[in-house]
Amino acid sequence: MRRQAQAVVLMLLGGAVLRTSLTDTYLRYVKEGLRPFLIAAGVALVAIAVATLHYELRARRAAHSHDDHPEPKVSWLMLLPVVGLLLVAPGALGAYAADSTGTALGAWEEESDYLPLPDGDPAEIPVLDYASRAIFDEGRSMEGRRVKLTGFISRADDGTVFLTRMILSCCAADARPIKVGIEGATTEGLADDAWVAVVGTYTPTMMRDPINNERIPFIAAESVEGVGVPVKQYE
Amino acid sequence: MLVDAETEAGPGAPETARRRRPRLPLGGLEVLAAGLIVILVARPWLADALAAPWLQRWTVVFVSVIVQALPFLVFGVVLSAVIAVFVPPSFFARVLPRNDALAVPVAGVAGAVLPGCECASVPVAGAFIRRGVTPAAALAFLLSAPAINPIVLISTAVAFPGQPEFVAARFGASLLAAVAMGWLWLRLGRADWLKPPARPHTDGDSKAAAFWASCRHDIMHAGGFLVVGGAAAATLNAVVPERWIAAVADQPVLSVLVLALLAVVLSICSEADAFVAASLTQFSLTARLAFLVVGPMVDIKLVAMQTGVFGKSFAARFAPATFVVAVASAAIVGTVFL
Repeated sequence: MRRQAQAVVLMLLGGAVLRTSLTDTYLRYVKEGLRPFLIAAGVALVAIAVATLHYELRARRAAHSHDDHPEPKVSWLMLLPVVGLLLVAPGALGAYAADSTGTALGAWEEESDYLPLPDGDPAEIPVLDYASRAIFDEGRSMEGRRVKLTGFISRADDGTVFLTRMILSCCAADARPIKVGIEGATTEGLADDAWVAVVGTYTPTMMRDPINNERIPFIAAESVEGVGVPVKQYE
Repeated sequence: MLVDAETEAGPGAPETARRRRPRLPLGGLEVLAAGLIVILVARPWLADALAAPWLQRWTVVFVSVIVQALPFLVFGVVLSAVIAVFVPPSFFARVLPRNDALAVPVAGVAGAVLPGCECASVPVAGAFIRRGVTPAAALAFLLSAPAINPIVLISTAVAFPGQPEFVAARFGASLLAAVAMGWLWLRLGRADWLKPPARPHTDGDSKAAAFWASCRHDIMHAGGFLVVGGAAAATLNAVVPERWIAAVADQPVLSVLVLALLAVVLSICSEADAFVAASLTQFSLTARLAFLVVGPMVDIKLVAMQTGVFGKSFAARFAPATFVVAVASAAIVGTVFL
Protein backbone atom coordinates (compact mmCIF):
# COMPACT_ATOMS: atom_id res chain seq x y z
CA MET A 1 0.00 0.00 0.00
CA ARG A 2 1.44 3.36 -0.99
CA ARG A 3 1.84 6.15 1.47
CA GLN A 4 -0.95 8.22 -0.02
CA ALA A 5 -3.37 5.31 0.11
CA GLN A 6 -2.33 4.66 3.72
CA ALA A 7 -3.10 8.26 4.57
CA VAL A 8 -6.55 7.96 2.99
CA VAL A 9 -7.33 4.72 4.85
CA LEU A 10 -6.21 6.24 8.17
CA MET A 11 -8.22 9.39 7.47
CA LEU A 12 -11.34 7.34 6.68
CA LEU A 13 -10.93 5.20 9.79
CA GLY A 14 -10.32 8.24 12.01
CA GLY A 15 -13.27 10.03 10.45
CA ALA A 16 -15.54 7.00 10.94
CA VAL A 17 -14.53 6.74 14.60
CA LEU A 18 -15.08 10.47 15.10
CA ARG A 19 -18.48 10.42 13.46
CA THR A 20 -19.57 7.43 15.51
CA SER A 21 -18.35 8.90 18.80
CA LEU A 22 -19.57 12.46 18.23
CA THR A 23 -23.10 11.20 17.55
CA ASP A 24 -24.93 8.70 19.77
CA THR A 25 -24.14 5.82 17.41
CA TYR A 26 -21.21 4.63 19.53
CA LEU A 27 -23.67 3.65 22.29
CA ARG A 28 -24.75 0.70 20.13
CA TYR A 29 -21.29 -0.83 20.42
CA VAL A 30 -19.51 0.26 23.59
CA LYS A 31 -20.02 1.82 27.02
CA GLU A 32 -20.63 5.51 27.47
CA GLY A 33 -17.33 5.94 29.33
CA LEU A 34 -15.26 5.07 26.27
CA ARG A 35 -16.39 8.18 24.38
CA PRO A 36 -13.48 10.54 25.27
CA PHE A 37 -10.99 7.83 24.36
CA LEU A 38 -12.77 7.17 21.07
CA ILE A 39 -12.67 10.86 20.21
CA ALA A 40 -8.98 11.02 21.12
CA ALA A 41 -8.25 7.93 19.00
CA GLY A 42 -10.16 9.41 16.05
CA VAL A 43 -8.25 12.68 16.30
CA ALA A 44 -4.95 10.81 16.56
CA LEU A 45 -5.74 8.71 13.47
CA VAL A 46 -6.61 11.83 11.47
CA ALA A 47 -3.41 13.51 12.72
CA ILE A 48 -1.32 10.51 11.65
CA ALA A 49 -3.00 10.64 8.23
CA VAL A 50 -2.31 14.36 7.85
CA ALA A 51 1.31 13.95 8.96
CA THR A 52 1.78 11.06 6.52
CA LEU A 53 0.47 13.18 3.64
CA HIS A 54 2.57 16.15 4.73
CA TYR A 55 5.86 14.24 4.84
CA GLU A 56 5.05 12.30 1.68
CA LEU A 57 4.35 15.47 -0.30
CA ARG A 58 7.51 17.07 1.04
CA ALA A 59 9.55 14.01 0.14
CA ARG A 60 8.09 14.07 -3.37
CA ARG A 61 9.09 17.65 -3.81
CA ALA A 62 12.58 16.71 -2.71
CA ALA A 63 12.28 13.76 -5.15
CA HIS A 64 13.04 10.95 -2.74
CA SER A 65 9.79 9.18 -2.13
CA HIS A 66 9.71 6.67 0.71
CA ASP A 67 7.53 4.32 -1.29
CA ASP A 68 10.22 1.70 -1.68
CA HIS A 69 8.82 -0.22 1.30
CA PRO A 70 5.06 -0.62 1.07
CA GLU A 71 3.07 -1.83 4.08
CA PRO A 72 1.29 -5.22 4.05
CA LYS A 73 -1.81 -5.65 1.94
CA VAL A 74 -3.76 -6.87 4.94
CA SER A 75 -3.96 -3.25 6.07
CA TRP A 76 -6.54 -2.71 3.33
CA LEU A 77 -8.88 -4.60 5.67
CA MET A 78 -8.99 -1.48 7.82
CA LEU A 79 -11.60 -0.29 5.33
CA LEU A 80 -14.03 -2.96 6.60
CA PRO A 81 -14.78 -1.22 9.91
CA VAL A 82 -15.10 2.04 7.95
CA VAL A 83 -17.81 0.43 5.82
CA GLY A 84 -19.35 -1.07 8.96
CA LEU A 85 -19.40 2.22 10.86
CA LEU A 86 -20.31 4.68 8.13
CA LEU A 87 -22.44 2.72 5.69
CA VAL A 88 -24.01 -0.17 7.59
CA ALA A 89 -24.00 1.19 11.18
CA PRO A 90 -25.79 -1.88 12.57
CA GLY A 91 -28.30 -1.39 15.38
CA ALA A 92 -27.83 -2.55 18.96
CA LEU A 93 -28.17 -6.24 19.88
CA GLY A 94 -31.74 -7.34 20.56
CA ALA A 95 -34.00 -10.34 20.97
CA TYR A 96 -32.07 -12.57 18.55
CA ALA A 97 -28.94 -12.39 20.70
CA ALA A 98 -30.94 -12.52 23.95
CA ASP A 99 -32.73 -15.72 22.92
CA SER A 100 -29.52 -17.67 22.53
CA THR A 101 -27.81 -16.39 25.69
CA GLY A 102 -28.64 -17.23 29.29
CA THR A 103 -29.73 -14.44 31.63
CA ALA A 104 -26.69 -12.92 33.31
CA LEU A 105 -28.06 -12.20 36.76
CA GLY A 106 -25.57 -14.66 38.31
CA ALA A 107 -22.72 -12.25 37.51
CA TRP A 108 -24.12 -9.82 40.06
CA GLU A 109 -23.59 -10.82 43.62
CA GLU A 110 -26.15 -10.35 46.29
CA GLU A 111 -25.87 -7.03 48.08
CA SER A 112 -26.24 -6.98 51.83
CA ASP A 113 -29.00 -4.39 51.77
CA TYR A 114 -30.80 -2.66 48.97
CA LEU A 115 -31.38 1.09 49.06
CA PRO A 116 -35.00 2.23 49.06
CA LEU A 117 -36.54 2.62 45.60
CA PRO A 118 -36.30 6.09 44.04
CA ASP A 119 -39.27 8.43 44.57
CA GLY A 120 -42.22 8.44 42.23
CA ASP A 121 -45.17 6.22 41.53
CA PRO A 122 -44.34 4.12 39.68
CA ALA A 123 -40.63 4.19 40.52
CA GLU A 124 -38.53 3.95 37.38
CA ILE A 125 -35.68 1.47 37.86
CA PRO A 126 -33.33 -0.46 35.54
CA VAL A 127 -34.26 -4.04 34.63
CA LEU A 128 -31.09 -5.31 36.29
CA ASP A 129 -32.00 -3.48 39.52
CA TYR A 130 -35.46 -5.05 39.53
CA ALA A 131 -34.10 -8.52 38.83
CA SER A 132 -31.52 -8.41 41.61
CA ARG A 133 -33.99 -6.95 44.14
CA ALA A 134 -36.52 -9.64 43.16
CA ILE A 135 -34.13 -12.59 43.33
CA PHE A 136 -31.56 -11.69 45.99
CA ASP A 137 -33.80 -9.57 48.23
CA GLU A 138 -37.02 -11.47 47.53
CA GLY A 139 -38.69 -8.19 46.71
CA ARG A 140 -38.48 -6.81 50.27
CA SER A 141 -37.13 -3.42 49.19
CA MET A 142 -40.01 -3.09 46.70
CA GLU A 143 -42.88 -3.94 49.07
CA GLY A 144 -46.03 -1.91 48.42
CA ARG A 145 -44.45 -0.03 45.52
CA ARG A 146 -45.17 0.06 41.82
CA VAL A 147 -42.17 0.01 39.50
CA LYS A 148 -41.66 0.88 35.85
CA LEU A 149 -39.17 -1.08 33.74
CA THR A 150 -38.16 -0.36 30.17
CA GLY A 151 -36.80 -3.01 27.82
CA PHE A 152 -37.51 -5.00 24.69
CA ILE A 153 -39.62 -8.11 24.19
CA SER A 154 -37.94 -11.49 23.78
CA ARG A 155 -39.32 -15.01 24.13
CA ALA A 156 -38.24 -18.36 25.51
CA ASP A 157 -38.61 -21.46 23.35
CA ASP A 158 -41.80 -22.37 25.26
CA GLY A 159 -43.34 -18.98 24.46
CA THR A 160 -42.78 -17.27 27.83
CA VAL A 161 -42.58 -13.53 27.19
CA PHE A 162 -39.66 -11.63 28.72
CA LEU A 163 -38.93 -7.99 29.24
CA THR A 164 -35.22 -7.99 28.39
CA ARG A 165 -32.39 -5.55 28.55
CA MET A 166 -28.84 -6.20 27.38
CA ILE A 167 -26.05 -5.19 29.74
CA LEU A 168 -22.53 -4.37 28.63
CA SER A 169 -19.35 -4.56 30.62
CA CYS A 170 -17.21 -3.21 27.84
CA CYS A 171 -18.44 -3.75 24.29
CA ALA A 172 -21.21 -5.61 22.49
CA ALA A 173 -18.99 -8.72 22.29
CA ASP A 174 -19.65 -9.26 26.00
CA ALA A 175 -23.31 -8.16 25.96
CA ARG A 176 -25.52 -10.38 28.10
CA PRO A 177 -29.27 -10.25 28.61
CA ILE A 178 -31.14 -9.70 31.86
CA LYS A 179 -34.60 -11.24 31.50
CA VAL A 180 -37.73 -10.57 33.55
CA GLY A 181 -40.85 -12.62 32.86
CA ILE A 182 -44.09 -10.69 32.34
CA GLU A 183 -47.23 -12.04 33.99
CA GLY A 184 -50.68 -10.51 34.26
CA ALA A 185 -51.05 -7.99 31.48
CA THR A 186 -51.50 -9.21 27.95
CA THR A 187 -48.47 -9.18 25.73
CA GLU A 188 -50.28 -10.33 22.63
CA GLY A 189 -49.42 -8.54 19.45
CA LEU A 190 -46.03 -7.48 20.77
CA ALA A 191 -43.33 -8.59 18.38
CA ASP A 192 -39.82 -9.57 19.45
CA ASP A 193 -37.56 -6.52 19.80
CA ALA A 194 -40.53 -4.18 20.43
CA TRP A 195 -39.55 -1.65 23.10
CA VAL A 196 -42.05 -1.46 25.97
CA ALA A 197 -42.47 0.10 29.40
CA VAL A 198 -43.95 -2.28 31.97
CA VAL A 199 -45.63 -0.91 35.11
CA GLY A 200 -46.23 -3.48 37.81
CA THR A 201 -45.40 -4.90 41.22
CA TYR A 202 -43.14 -7.62 42.60
CA THR A 203 -44.28 -11.21 42.37
CA PRO A 204 -42.50 -14.25 43.85
CA THR A 205 -43.00 -16.17 40.60
CA MET A 206 -39.73 -17.20 39.00
CA MET A 207 -38.32 -19.67 36.54
CA ARG A 208 -34.97 -21.06 35.44
CA ASP A 209 -33.44 -19.99 32.16
CA PRO A 210 -33.28 -23.21 30.12
CA ILE A 211 -29.96 -22.06 28.64
CA ASN A 212 -27.88 -21.68 31.79
CA ASN A 213 -30.27 -22.65 34.62
CA GLU A 214 -30.01 -19.14 36.08
CA ARG A 215 -33.02 -17.65 37.92
CA ILE A 216 -35.40 -15.36 36.03
CA PRO A 217 -37.78 -13.26 38.16
CA PHE A 218 -41.25 -12.17 37.05
CA ILE A 219 -43.16 -8.92 37.37
CA ALA A 220 -46.92 -8.74 37.95
CA ALA A 221 -47.69 -6.27 35.19
CA GLU A 222 -50.56 -3.78 35.26
CA SER A 223 -49.77 -2.32 31.89
CA VAL A 224 -47.40 -2.98 29.01
CA GLU A 225 -47.06 -0.02 26.70
CA GLY A 226 -45.00 0.43 23.57
CA VAL A 227 -42.33 3.11 23.81
CA GLY A 228 -39.73 4.54 21.44
CA VAL A 229 -36.28 2.97 21.19
CA PRO A 230 -34.09 4.68 23.83
CA VAL A 231 -30.76 6.28 22.91
CA LYS A 232 -28.96 4.10 25.44
CA GLN A 233 -30.19 0.63 24.59
CA TYR A 234 -27.81 -1.18 26.94
CA GLU A 235 -27.85 -0.92 30.69
CA MET B 1 8.76 -5.16 13.18
CA LEU B 2 8.31 -5.33 9.44
CA VAL B 3 6.28 -7.85 7.51
CA ASP B 4 7.04 -8.43 3.89
CA ALA B 5 4.35 -6.70 1.94
CA GLU B 6 4.03 -9.29 -0.76
CA THR B 7 3.66 -12.36 1.44
CA GLU B 8 1.01 -11.18 3.81
CA ALA B 9 -2.02 -10.93 1.54
CA GLY B 10 -3.99 -13.86 2.91
CA PRO B 11 -7.15 -15.23 1.37
CA GLY B 12 -9.02 -12.65 3.39
CA ALA B 13 -7.45 -9.73 1.56
CA PRO B 14 -10.14 -7.57 0.06
CA GLU B 15 -10.93 -7.40 -3.61
CA THR B 16 -9.19 -4.07 -3.99
CA ALA B 17 -5.92 -5.50 -2.72
CA ARG B 18 -6.05 -8.57 -4.89
CA ARG B 19 -6.83 -6.67 -8.05
CA ARG B 20 -3.92 -4.35 -7.52
CA ARG B 21 -0.85 -5.51 -9.41
CA PRO B 22 2.58 -4.09 -8.80
CA ARG B 23 3.81 -1.49 -11.26
CA LEU B 24 0.49 -0.92 -12.98
CA PRO B 25 -0.29 2.72 -13.49
CA LEU B 26 -3.56 2.08 -11.67
CA GLY B 27 -2.53 2.49 -8.02
CA GLY B 28 -4.24 1.45 -4.83
CA LEU B 29 -5.60 4.94 -4.38
CA GLU B 30 -7.58 4.84 -7.62
CA VAL B 31 -8.94 1.38 -6.88
CA LEU B 32 -9.84 2.56 -3.39
CA ALA B 33 -11.79 5.50 -4.78
CA ALA B 34 -13.61 3.28 -7.27
CA GLY B 35 -14.39 0.75 -4.54
CA LEU B 36 -15.85 3.42 -2.29
CA ILE B 37 -18.07 4.69 -5.09
CA VAL B 38 -19.33 1.15 -5.76
CA ILE B 39 -20.10 0.67 -2.06
CA LEU B 40 -21.89 4.03 -1.85
CA VAL B 41 -24.04 3.16 -4.86
CA ALA B 42 -24.78 -0.30 -3.44
CA ARG B 43 -25.57 1.03 0.02
CA PRO B 44 -29.36 0.37 0.07
CA TRP B 45 -28.73 -3.14 -1.21
CA LEU B 46 -26.00 -3.58 1.40
CA ALA B 47 -28.38 -2.71 4.24
CA ASP B 48 -30.91 -5.25 2.93
CA ALA B 49 -28.29 -7.94 2.59
CA LEU B 50 -27.23 -7.44 6.19
CA ALA B 51 -30.77 -7.49 7.60
CA ALA B 52 -30.76 -11.20 8.54
CA PRO B 53 -30.63 -11.43 12.36
CA TRP B 54 -27.50 -13.58 12.58
CA LEU B 55 -25.69 -11.30 10.14
CA GLN B 56 -26.86 -8.27 12.07
CA ARG B 57 -25.47 -9.79 15.25
CA TRP B 58 -22.19 -10.62 13.51
CA THR B 59 -21.84 -7.06 12.25
CA VAL B 60 -22.58 -5.50 15.64
CA VAL B 61 -20.05 -7.71 17.41
CA PHE B 62 -17.43 -7.18 14.69
CA VAL B 63 -17.81 -3.41 14.71
CA SER B 64 -17.86 -3.22 18.49
CA VAL B 65 -14.70 -5.35 18.93
CA ILE B 66 -12.89 -2.93 16.61
CA VAL B 67 -14.37 0.19 18.20
CA GLN B 68 -13.49 -1.07 21.66
CA ALA B 69 -9.93 -2.00 20.71
CA LEU B 70 -9.02 1.02 18.59
CA PRO B 71 -8.42 3.56 21.40
CA PHE B 72 -6.10 1.09 23.11
CA LEU B 73 -4.32 0.23 19.88
CA VAL B 74 -3.83 3.92 19.06
CA PHE B 75 -2.60 4.56 22.60
CA GLY B 76 -0.14 1.66 22.31
CA VAL B 77 1.05 2.83 18.91
CA VAL B 78 1.65 6.39 20.11
CA LEU B 79 3.39 5.16 23.26
CA SER B 80 5.60 2.83 21.25
CA ALA B 81 6.46 5.71 18.89
CA VAL B 82 7.50 7.77 21.93
CA ILE B 83 9.69 4.88 23.12
CA ALA B 84 11.11 4.32 19.65
CA VAL B 85 11.97 7.97 19.04
CA PHE B 86 12.53 9.68 22.37
CA VAL B 87 13.78 6.98 24.77
CA PRO B 88 17.43 6.13 24.06
CA PRO B 89 18.44 2.44 24.07
CA SER B 90 20.81 3.15 26.93
CA PHE B 91 17.80 3.77 29.17
CA PHE B 92 16.69 0.14 28.92
CA ALA B 93 20.25 -1.09 29.38
CA ARG B 94 20.32 0.91 32.63
CA VAL B 95 16.97 -0.11 34.13
CA LEU B 96 16.97 -3.80 33.15
CA PRO B 97 19.36 -6.23 34.86
CA ARG B 98 22.25 -7.18 32.59
CA ASN B 99 21.56 -10.86 33.25
CA ASP B 100 18.84 -11.94 30.79
CA ALA B 101 17.39 -14.55 33.14
CA LEU B 102 16.91 -11.80 35.72
CA ALA B 103 15.61 -9.26 33.19
CA VAL B 104 12.63 -11.53 32.40
CA PRO B 105 10.87 -11.32 35.81
CA VAL B 106 11.71 -7.61 36.09
CA ALA B 107 10.07 -6.95 32.71
CA GLY B 108 7.15 -9.18 33.69
CA VAL B 109 6.46 -7.17 36.82
CA ALA B 110 6.95 -3.93 34.85
CA GLY B 111 3.91 -4.98 32.81
CA ALA B 112 1.83 -3.79 35.74
CA VAL B 113 2.41 -0.16 34.77
CA LEU B 114 0.97 -0.22 31.24
CA PRO B 115 -2.68 0.68 31.75
CA GLY B 116 -4.27 -0.95 28.74
CA CYS B 117 -5.31 -4.20 27.18
CA GLU B 118 -3.54 -6.60 24.85
CA CYS B 119 -3.97 -4.30 21.83
CA ALA B 120 -1.65 -1.74 23.43
CA SER B 121 1.01 -4.17 24.57
CA VAL B 122 1.80 -5.65 21.14
CA PRO B 123 3.23 -2.47 19.58
CA VAL B 124 4.93 -1.47 22.84
CA ALA B 125 6.69 -4.85 23.13
CA GLY B 126 7.74 -4.46 19.49
CA ALA B 127 9.27 -1.08 20.32
CA PHE B 128 11.16 -2.63 23.24
CA ILE B 129 12.79 -5.19 20.97
CA ARG B 130 13.72 -2.46 18.49
CA ARG B 131 15.27 -0.57 21.36
CA GLY B 132 17.59 -3.45 22.16
CA VAL B 133 15.68 -5.07 25.01
CA THR B 134 16.35 -8.81 25.02
CA PRO B 135 13.34 -10.50 23.31
CA ALA B 136 12.72 -12.81 26.27
CA ALA B 137 12.14 -9.82 28.57
CA ALA B 138 10.03 -7.98 25.99
CA LEU B 139 7.88 -11.10 25.54
CA ALA B 140 7.37 -11.48 29.30
CA PHE B 141 6.21 -7.87 29.28
CA LEU B 142 3.96 -8.52 26.26
CA LEU B 143 2.20 -11.34 28.12
CA SER B 144 1.99 -9.84 31.59
CA ALA B 145 1.02 -6.23 30.80
CA PRO B 146 -2.56 -6.87 29.62
CA ALA B 147 -3.27 -9.22 32.53
CA ILE B 148 -1.80 -7.61 35.63
CA ASN B 149 -2.20 -3.85 35.17
CA PRO B 150 -4.29 -1.94 37.74
CA ILE B 151 -7.29 -1.34 35.45
CA VAL B 152 -7.67 -5.04 34.73
CA LEU B 153 -7.19 -6.04 38.37
CA ILE B 154 -9.74 -3.47 39.54
CA SER B 155 -12.31 -4.63 37.00
CA THR B 156 -11.66 -8.20 38.15
CA ALA B 157 -12.26 -7.15 41.76
CA VAL B 158 -15.50 -5.44 40.73
CA ALA B 159 -16.68 -8.51 38.81
CA PHE B 160 -15.81 -10.85 41.69
CA PRO B 161 -16.81 -8.84 44.77
CA GLY B 162 -15.73 -10.22 48.12
CA GLN B 163 -13.22 -12.59 46.54
CA PRO B 164 -9.83 -10.85 46.77
CA GLU B 165 -8.13 -14.23 46.60
CA PHE B 166 -9.47 -14.59 43.06
CA VAL B 167 -7.90 -11.28 42.02
CA ALA B 168 -4.62 -12.39 43.63
CA ALA B 169 -4.85 -15.73 41.82
CA ARG B 170 -5.30 -13.93 38.48
CA PHE B 171 -2.28 -11.73 39.18
CA GLY B 172 -0.13 -14.64 40.33
CA ALA B 173 -1.06 -17.10 37.59
CA SER B 174 -0.65 -14.49 34.84
CA LEU B 175 2.75 -13.31 36.08
CA LEU B 176 3.88 -16.91 36.52
CA ALA B 177 2.90 -17.81 32.96
CA ALA B 178 4.50 -14.65 31.51
CA VAL B 179 7.81 -15.19 33.31
CA ALA B 180 7.82 -18.91 32.45
CA MET B 181 7.35 -18.03 28.77
CA GLY B 182 10.20 -15.52 28.97
CA TRP B 183 12.54 -18.13 30.41
CA LEU B 184 11.33 -20.70 27.91
CA TRP B 185 12.23 -18.26 25.12
CA LEU B 186 15.70 -17.77 26.63
CA ARG B 187 16.24 -21.52 26.56
CA LEU B 188 14.56 -22.56 23.31
CA GLY B 189 13.83 -19.38 21.38
CA ARG B 190 15.73 -18.64 18.20
CA ALA B 191 16.31 -15.10 17.05
CA ASP B 192 15.54 -15.96 13.42
CA TRP B 193 11.92 -16.85 14.34
CA LEU B 194 11.40 -13.18 15.01
CA LYS B 195 11.09 -10.77 12.11
CA PRO B 196 14.21 -8.64 12.00
CA PRO B 197 13.60 -5.48 14.00
CA ALA B 198 13.22 -3.23 11.00
CA ARG B 199 11.69 0.17 11.26
CA PRO B 200 10.54 2.82 8.83
CA HIS B 201 13.30 4.58 6.94
CA THR B 202 13.80 7.72 8.90
CA ASP B 203 17.53 8.28 8.58
CA GLY B 204 18.22 11.97 8.49
CA ASP B 205 14.61 12.89 9.26
CA SER B 206 13.70 15.07 12.21
CA LYS B 207 12.41 13.51 15.45
CA ALA B 208 8.90 14.68 14.60
CA ALA B 209 9.05 12.97 11.22
CA ALA B 210 10.37 9.80 12.84
CA PHE B 211 7.58 9.92 15.43
CA TRP B 212 4.80 10.19 12.85
CA ALA B 213 6.43 7.59 10.62
CA SER B 214 6.55 5.16 13.54
CA CYS B 215 2.87 5.79 14.37
CA ARG B 216 1.83 5.23 10.77
CA HIS B 217 4.02 2.16 10.38
CA ASP B 218 2.76 0.46 13.55
CA ILE B 219 -0.89 1.15 12.95
CA MET B 220 -0.72 -0.08 9.37
CA HIS B 221 0.87 -3.31 10.60
CA ALA B 222 -1.37 -4.03 13.56
CA GLY B 223 -4.63 -2.52 12.29
CA GLY B 224 -5.33 -4.96 9.46
CA PHE B 225 -4.69 -7.92 11.74
CA LEU B 226 -6.97 -6.44 14.38
CA VAL B 227 -9.73 -6.50 11.75
CA VAL B 228 -8.97 -10.17 10.94
CA GLY B 229 -9.14 -11.02 14.63
CA GLY B 230 -12.33 -9.02 15.17
CA ALA B 231 -14.02 -10.80 12.27
CA ALA B 232 -13.00 -14.23 13.60
CA ALA B 233 -14.16 -13.38 17.11
CA ALA B 234 -17.51 -12.12 15.82
CA THR B 235 -17.97 -15.30 13.78
CA LEU B 236 -17.39 -17.60 16.73
CA ASN B 237 -19.33 -15.36 19.09
CA ALA B 238 -22.34 -15.64 16.80
CA VAL B 239 -21.91 -19.30 15.91
CA VAL B 240 -20.99 -21.20 19.11
CA PRO B 241 -24.22 -21.71 21.10
CA GLU B 242 -23.99 -21.26 24.85
CA ARG B 243 -25.83 -24.53 25.40
CA TRP B 244 -22.85 -26.53 24.12
CA ILE B 245 -20.58 -24.81 26.57
CA ALA B 246 -22.93 -25.32 29.50
CA ALA B 247 -22.98 -29.06 28.78
CA VAL B 248 -19.32 -29.50 29.81
CA ALA B 249 -19.38 -27.27 32.90
CA ASP B 250 -19.58 -30.20 35.34
CA GLN B 251 -16.42 -31.94 34.15
CA PRO B 252 -13.46 -30.55 36.12
CA VAL B 253 -10.65 -31.07 33.62
CA LEU B 254 -12.64 -30.60 30.45
CA SER B 255 -14.24 -27.40 31.75
CA VAL B 256 -10.81 -25.79 32.28
CA LEU B 257 -9.82 -26.62 28.71
CA VAL B 258 -13.15 -25.49 27.28
CA LEU B 259 -13.06 -22.10 29.01
CA ALA B 260 -9.41 -21.64 27.99
CA LEU B 261 -10.37 -22.32 24.38
CA LEU B 262 -13.38 -20.04 24.72
CA ALA B 263 -11.05 -17.24 25.82
CA VAL B 264 -8.95 -17.77 22.70
CA VAL B 265 -12.01 -17.73 20.50
CA LEU B 266 -13.96 -14.84 21.99
CA SER B 267 -11.00 -12.41 22.01
CA ILE B 268 -12.59 -10.20 24.63
CA CYS B 269 -10.60 -7.19 25.78
CA SER B 270 -8.76 -7.97 29.02
CA GLU B 271 -10.47 -5.06 30.72
CA ALA B 272 -13.87 -6.68 30.22
CA ASP B 273 -13.21 -10.39 30.36
CA ALA B 274 -13.68 -10.58 34.14
CA PHE B 275 -17.34 -9.64 33.76
CA VAL B 276 -17.86 -12.39 31.23
CA ALA B 277 -16.05 -14.86 33.49
CA ALA B 278 -18.25 -13.78 36.40
CA SER B 279 -21.36 -14.57 34.39
CA LEU B 280 -20.17 -18.11 33.58
CA THR B 281 -21.54 -19.22 36.94
CA GLN B 282 -21.85 -22.90 36.03
CA PHE B 283 -18.09 -23.25 35.88
CA SER B 284 -15.58 -23.80 38.69
CA LEU B 285 -13.41 -20.90 39.81
CA THR B 286 -10.33 -22.67 38.43
CA ALA B 287 -11.94 -22.94 35.00
CA ARG B 288 -12.83 -19.25 35.10
CA LEU B 289 -9.29 -18.43 36.22
CA ALA B 290 -7.99 -20.27 33.13
CA PHE B 291 -10.34 -18.12 31.03
CA LEU B 292 -8.84 -14.95 32.55
CA VAL B 293 -5.20 -16.07 32.35
CA VAL B 294 -5.33 -17.38 28.78
CA GLY B 295 -7.50 -14.58 27.28
CA PRO B 296 -5.03 -11.68 27.58
CA MET B 297 -2.11 -13.87 26.41
CA VAL B 298 -3.54 -15.90 23.53
CA ASP B 299 -6.60 -14.96 21.55
CA ILE B 300 -7.39 -14.87 17.87
CA LYS B 301 -7.18 -11.11 17.59
CA LEU B 302 -3.91 -11.02 19.52
CA VAL B 303 -2.28 -13.85 17.54
CA ALA B 304 -3.24 -12.08 14.33
CA MET B 305 -1.62 -8.89 15.60
CA GLN B 306 1.50 -10.76 16.76
CA THR B 307 1.76 -12.25 13.28
CA GLY B 308 1.73 -8.74 11.88
CA VAL B 309 4.31 -7.35 14.27
CA PHE B 310 6.65 -10.27 14.97
CA GLY B 311 6.09 -12.50 11.93
CA LYS B 312 4.41 -15.80 11.10
CA SER B 313 7.10 -18.23 12.21
CA PHE B 314 7.16 -16.53 15.60
CA ALA B 315 3.40 -16.54 16.17
CA ALA B 316 3.00 -20.15 15.01
CA ARG B 317 5.34 -21.33 17.80
CA PHE B 318 4.78 -18.74 20.48
CA ALA B 319 0.97 -18.82 20.66
CA PRO B 320 0.51 -22.60 21.19
CA ALA B 321 3.35 -22.68 23.74
CA THR B 322 1.82 -19.74 25.61
CA PHE B 323 -1.56 -21.49 25.61
CA VAL B 324 -0.13 -24.61 27.24
CA VAL B 325 1.90 -22.64 29.80
CA ALA B 326 -1.02 -20.36 30.67
CA VAL B 327 -3.46 -23.25 31.16
CA ALA B 328 -0.94 -25.11 33.31
CA SER B 329 -0.25 -22.01 35.38
CA ALA B 330 -3.96 -21.34 35.92
CA ALA B 331 -4.62 -24.99 36.81
CA ILE B 332 -1.81 -25.03 39.38
CA VAL B 333 -2.65 -21.69 40.99
CA GLY B 334 -6.38 -22.44 40.90
CA THR B 335 -6.01 -25.90 42.46
CA VAL B 336 -3.71 -24.67 45.21
CA PHE B 337 -5.32 -21.35 46.15
CA LEU B 338 -8.99 -21.40 45.11
